[in-house]
Amino acid sequence: MSEAMRTVKFKIYRFNPEVDIKPTMQDYELTIPDKQDMMLLEAILRIKAMDDSLAFRRSCREGVCGSDGMNINGRNGLACVTLLSALKQPIELRPLPGLPVIRDLVVDMKIFFEQYAKVKPYLINDEPPPAKERLQSPAERKKLDGLYECILCACCSTSCPSFWWNPEKFIGPAGLLQAYRFIADSRDTAKVERLEALTDPFSVFRCRGVMNCVDVCPKGLNPTRAIGHIRSELLAEGN
Amino acid sequence: MVRSATSLTGNGVRDWLWQRVSAVILAVYTLFIFGFIWCTPQLDYATWFQFFQGIGVKLFTILAALSLLTHAWVGMWTILTDYVKSARLRLTLEVLVIIALFLYFLVAIAIVWSV
Ligand code: SF4
Ligand code: SF4
Ligand code: FES
Repeated sequence: MSEAMRTVKFKIYRFNPEVDIKPTMQDYELTIPDKQDMMLLEAILRIKAMDDSLAFRRSCREGVCGSDGMNINGRNGLACVTLLSALKQPIELRPLPGLPVIRDLVVDMKIFFEQYAKVKPYLINDEPPPAKERLQSPAERKKLDGLYECILCACCSTSCPSFWWNPEKFIGPAGLLQAYRFIADSRDTAKVERLEALTDPFSVFRCRGVMNCVDVCPKGLNPTRAIGHIRSELLAEGN
Repeated sequence: MVRSATSLTGNGVRDWLWQRVSAVILAVYTLFIFGFIWCTPQLDYATWFQFFQGIGVKLFTILAALSLLTHAWVGMWTILTDYVKSARLRLTLEVLVIIALFLYFLVAIAIVWSV
């Protein structure tokens, strides 16, 4: 007995700067068993099996590595944790907005990581290390929840208008979430310097509270709240 | 740290605070004026004129105008630095905004002091 099949329609952004003058949207159709659902990433992999010129990034296929961030029907998300059945057809796939396109769905993340590097995303502690490890109370550790889970997929920063307009000056939600992750860490001794580096009118204050970042984060994190905390710390420091 | 010479204070925290403080002053002023209109049974030129003759009202009006100036500058500066990418054009527009705001302020003082 043959299984009932259905067709899923796609429109995928295609651009190869070496040969194309401008980007185009290419139609694809994928036939899958009627009863079967799958993650969008799986569908894209099947499309690539038909047309291997299609370029995109992926690795873990389970929402951990952050490499398959893309714009799915107008909204940033990870293909690997987005159910095909939840999407309206034709499913429109575009690269993350606001970053230079290298090819198809692959964007140049340089500026994103430069902003991340600016916040010194590592523990700074100038006190002599204890014999075993630097301890935290459960309450101190709890402050890092909702901050450390970020996978740097860039879905948030590339949905933020402030980041689109000033990507070299505004750190963006992802970087700021990490900035606060270390400001809030009881083991870090560089809090004052960290805050000091954020006092200018762009790095933090270009956030207009649009909250696109919160809306799209596939890990359910809340960069806007972290930015609010940084603001309060800056005000409390009296800078 | 991103340097910016043209922002109100050159410091994000202070710009942010000024914008909020000026917003509060403007809100209070608006309530004050509406309160006056509300509480005056017969609002005619004479009462309006008399109202603005009080030194307190005059000072408050000037304070509100100053707040408007501050608030508008922080806002306009933000908008211009968001949307105008050419530095030369942005500087030109910034200067125009400053001149306009300054003229508005002078006119406001002239009006208040003529009462
Ligand atoms: S905060 Fe969320 S959306 Fe932003 S980079 Fe981290 S995981 Fe991705
Ligand atoms: S809340 Fe701030 S960081 Fe988040 S999208 Fe809006 S402007 Fe960007
Ligand atoms: S493939 Fe790793 S997060 Fe989607």
